Amino acid sequence: MLEGCKGVRDALIAEVKRRGLDREVKVVETGCLGPCDLGPVILVYPEGTLYQKVRVSDVPEIVEQHLLKGRVVTRLVGEAPQAGVVKYEEPTYLGVQERIVLRNCGVIDPESIEEYIARDGYRALAKCLTEMKPADVIEAVKKSGLVGRGGAAFPTGLKWSFTAKADADQKYILCNADEGEPGTFKDRLILEGDPHSILEGMAIAGYAVGADKGFIYVRGEYVLSIERLGKAIEQAKALGLLGSNIFGSGFSFDVEIRKGAGAYVCGEETGLIESIEGKRGEPRIKPPYPGTEGLYGKPTVVNNVETIANIPPILLNGPDWFRQFGTERCPGTKVFTLTGDINNKGLIEVPMGITLRRVIYEIGGGIPGGREFKMAQTGGTSGGCLPKELLDVPMDYFTLPEHGSALGSGALLIMDDSHCIVDIAECFMRFFEHESCGKCTPCREGTARLHEIVAKIARGEGKPGDLELLDELGSVMQVSSLCGLGQAAPVPIKTMLKYFRDEFEAHINDRLCPTGTCGI
Amino acid sequence: MEPAAKSAGICPAKVSEILAKYSRRPDALVSILHDVQKEAGYLSEEAITEIASGLDIPVSKVYGVATFYTLFSTKPKGQYIIRVCENAPCHVLGAKAIVEALEKELGIPMGGTTSDGKFTLEYTSCLGVCGVAPAIMINEAVYGNLTPERVPLILKEYK
Repeated sequence: MLEGCKGVRDALIAEVKRRGLDREVKVVETGCLGPCDLGPVILVYPEGTLYQKVRVSDVPEIVEQHLLKGRVVTRLVGEAPQAGVVKYEEPTYLGVQERIVLRNCGVIDPESIEEYIARDGYRALAKCLTEMKPADVIEAVKKSGLVGRGGAAFPTGLKWSFTAKADADQKYILCNADEGEPGTFKDRLILEGDPHSILEGMAIAGYAVGADKGFIYVRGEYVLSIERLGKAIEQAKALGLLGSNIFGSGFSFDVEIRKGAGAYVCGEETGLIESIEGKRGEPRIKPPYPGTEGLYGKPTVVNNVETIANIPPILLNGPDWFRQFGTERCPGTKVFTLTGDINNKGLIEVPMGITLRRVIYEIGGGIPGGREFKMAQTGGTSGGCLPKELLDVPMDYFTLPEHGSALGSGALLIMDDSHCIVDIAECFMRFFEHESCGKCTPCREGTARLHEIVAKIARGEGKPGDLELLDELGSVMQVSSLCGLGQAAPVPIKTMLKYFRDEFEAHINDRLCPTGTCGI
Repeated sequence: MEPAAKSAGICPAKVSEILAKYSRRPDALVSILHDVQKEAGYLSEEAITEIASGLDIPVSKVYGVATFYTLFSTKPKGQYIIRVCENAPCHVLGAKAIVEALEKELGIPMGGTTSDGKFTLEYTSCLGVCGVAPAIMINEAVYGNLTPERVPLILKEYK
């Protein structure tokens, strides 16, 4: 929560009380509604009026006019499409969005287990424990076609089946909430907006594979996520929805939070496991994979937050219901975070396979300042950069890699034509040099050299052969690095060389920046 | 000049209390370091040695973990730590100008601490608030949609 928002919240609570409305009007601090750049926002139910960019000084007027007299304060509802008021749940606002993962975000009070239960919360867990065998649960997840939403897109049901088959006295479920990919903040907003969906999903996974213990590894920077998860765990335990003998089924499951300490590489599943074990978060050599030998050497399922948030609705509504969203190859939805040069920044959930063009122009409201689209980086800093010729490529886990990019975590960084390719490339490579853990040579040395070469080109000191060197070095890193970090670090640079090579060449051969913005 | 605030370190009894909270389990090392740093402001050589002997693991191991993660510091820092994101989404929307404004306003370079021990200025990894980029974090408070003009106004709240 931003500092400005806290002031508005406190003012609203005080004003409602001052006006004696605190028995009729409940002020609820909810999860993210999506449109980050319109914040702070207030949503007034039952009708769903959305107030945007609210200042502390606006609060008395909203309370007096709307809450007391029933008149909407029209100057704060933004540019309404018609003469009326923007209603949050009207199609004009949500557009082509489909909300499965974000079903409760911005709708319920995330600190109330009752509100989660009122929206079918813990019903999927009850169904699994009382009506389904563990093997049936795995079969349903397999049939749904759900693949990992952290970026690697491994089939979730298959992953669970490895751990289910493993013979061990102890197994674990890990929720990977070490969201560090620049441009990504979906996991934070899911945890802040609907923490119980993660606990329920983890318990279902535990039942399916035979694990009675779960850990959520959350970034240390995510203060509010940690706080809300902690409350959610306490509430679930108090109602017997976590703990021993859940629903009298004999199945027990406990969840603990582990706080990260600032290391991008801990988002890699074995780095994360090392960190939970109290060590430096350096990835392990695979195989063995965590599914059979993970935390403390025991079979372990590691799933991303968004993957787990999909689990309860899939079990409750069935795999066929899930498959009606998205594409044949890649069913379901994807949560994207829109950032950079785009009018509507924030969080959206859309069917898998949507094109970049629809996301940017139908949901994102296009590029600000009348500028032209230049490129979009999909999947965060470890993803590729796509030029305008590829605006109509369907975005899913299988099609984007065919164009050298990746869907990754779902971060979309939009850049307009004012940006210099070399300057952006330097920013990307600086990131990887900093975040490489140093364990394996191709990544430790490779990320440093990639950054060094790009920085030289940016200073106007590039020489012929540099681009070929970047390409070759990148290829070596992709095949020889130990983990995804070193394998993905060359992806942005390789796609930039593929689609914007002439701009690099102008910097090297003519000592000139075609956009005139990088200061060469 | 060394900053004065919170650099006095931590007494062995306090470390011992924190270790006991985690039943002296070596696998709780990251959590232990979080707690000790919260108490003392940073992880001093004395604290690291104390933790190592308490958990019966080598000092080198504790030091290795303490220096691996960016949220841990083995040096004293200012009372307020200003973490600035310069990752791609913030970079695209002008983080460089924010860095320059902060450096100018505080009179220290990135990585530095003011002579009164009040502010430390450092880069951070993505803060996950890219919807309101460019963004910074001052201790646990997040500020977004920044412009160079807003920087002095925000700092005034802390001075």
